[in-house]
Amino acid sequence: MMIYADNAATTKMSRAAIDAMLPCMERDFGNPSSLYSIGQRAKELLEQARADVAAVIGAAPREILFTSGGSEADNQALRSAAELGRRSGKTHIISTAFEHHAVLHTLKRLEKEGFEVTLLDVHEDGLVRPEELQAALREDTCLVTVMFANNEIGTVQPIRELGAICRAHGVLFHTDAVQAMGHLPIDVQADNIDLLSASAHKFHGPKGVGFLYARKGVPLTNLIEGGAQERGRRAGTENVPAIVGMAAALKESAANMQANAERMTKLRDRLIRGIGEIPHAALNGDAARRLPGNVNFCFEGIEGESLLLLLDDRGISASSGSACTSGSLDPSHVLLAIGRVHDVAHGSLRLSIGEDTTEEEADYIIQNVKEAVEYLRSFSPVWRDLMSGKSSFIL
Amino acid sequence: MALYSEKVMDHFRNPRNVGVIENADGIGEVGNAKCGDIMKMYLKIDDDCISDVKFETFGCGSAIASSSMATELIKGRPVREAMQLTNKAVAEALDGLPDYKMHCSVLAEEAIRSALEDYYRKNPEKRPEA
Repeated sequence: MMIYADNAATTKMSRAAIDAMLPCMERDFGNPSSLYSIGQRAKELLEQARADVAAVIGAAPREILFTSGGSEADNQALRSAAELGRRSGKTHIISTAFEHHAVLHTLKRLEKEGFEVTLLDVHEDGLVRPEELQAALREDTCLVTVMFANNEIGTVQPIRELGAICRAHGVLFHTDAVQAMGHLPIDVQADNIDLLSASAHKFHGPKGVGFLYARKGVPLTNLIEGGAQERGRRAGTENVPAIVGMAAALKESAANMQANAERMTKLRDRLIRGIGEIPHAALNGDAARRLPGNVNFCFEGIEGESLLLLLDDRGISASSGSACTSGSLDPSHVLLAIGRVHDVAHGSLRLSIGEDTTEEEADYIIQNVKEAVEYLRSFSPVWRDLMSGKSSFIL
Repeated sequence: MALYSEKVMDHFRNPRNVGVIENADGIGEVGNAKCGDIMKMYLKIDDDCISDVKFETFGCGSAIASSSMATELIKGRPVREAMQLTNKAVAEALDGLPDYKMHCSVLAEEAIRSALEDYYRKNPEKRPEA
């Protein structure tokens, strides 16, 4: 059996996306900036894609800027808001400790440039408290950036409330919606969002393309200077096939969102129940307020990479927050942010199921995770010490 | 290209000499759970030879494979040879490790050395002249 359970890393492209892209490469390959008809045809496809993407999130087409993906969108959103703040003497930014590195590393850079950053606690359940945002706001706050749903533990933040607080204080609100887009309903008006980042390959679109929503009236700072593409806000010939593929994938995801979410949530909860039967294992992040496809556990006494290798041998593709999977010495900053200590954060497993995952596959995953954890514990000196009472269980 | 060599995967999938030796002559434990790797080596020593060796490891695939390979390299060998086992020898026997995983082979070397030190502590008369 081959089961792809790492949809938070990337997704398989949808047939709709591929079918939409092919003509852009074979027939409508023109440069959208060219005036002749083959170029103008590409321009039409580009603008149709913009309108389609905008419609899904309740934005106007002019508010959508195509980028190379989520990271670029995050960088540009933060840079733009910081630039605006600096001009009016506001140099305080609020975010959370478990943002994606595209946000955290940009914030680090901004700190070096004189900005002050406050990171909100995400608590043990992986959720930001709106009242804590309220309390953290200052006169000189220029931006609040909180991810829509976390990429590792899948917790879904109270975005609408956070956005409302920002709006009431006249502070720009950005959300990295890379994991949520195409999976959760997003309405930039109702959710009080000023800036939003998304990436196509997380919702069955192609890699290397994404978009930034910037509410009308929020001026953007260019990361890439050059031609006048994207109304002068992002130079470089547009990746028309990828953009068109992204729009097709998003439209399809949005159309099937509710049915998919209901089905996936059931499977997710089945996985959580099944894997939760393993002794000294704990679910990471709130059990209910999480993405429909996200399951994330810590297991005491084992290390995550070896678990992934064993699962891979059994045809299951998954991910871990272990240091060994990242090439660094520290385990996932997300798990540390929700209070998991290093010792157990190394033993984490993330399963992110897809729209086509079946009940049979979920049961196969449960069975194999149980066996693999038991096997690795059978020769783990950490587990031996826990079982003999030499050290005490954390989970 | 695969993350690990076939040799590493073989030793990860079918680790040799896994387990515990009751009344071992030397026990060594290195690493810590905070960093994500712990290796524990148990040695049985007869007539200055490693007559048996077992290991337990908490760690990634290459940590498990390195432990397994290290036990193979010293099993049945004279103690003085085991004392000279290097991480490089472990890594080479595994047909190489990715750069950022070389520390796993270092841990294996250290675990064996630590178990031998334990043996010498208990049997000071066996310690070779410096």
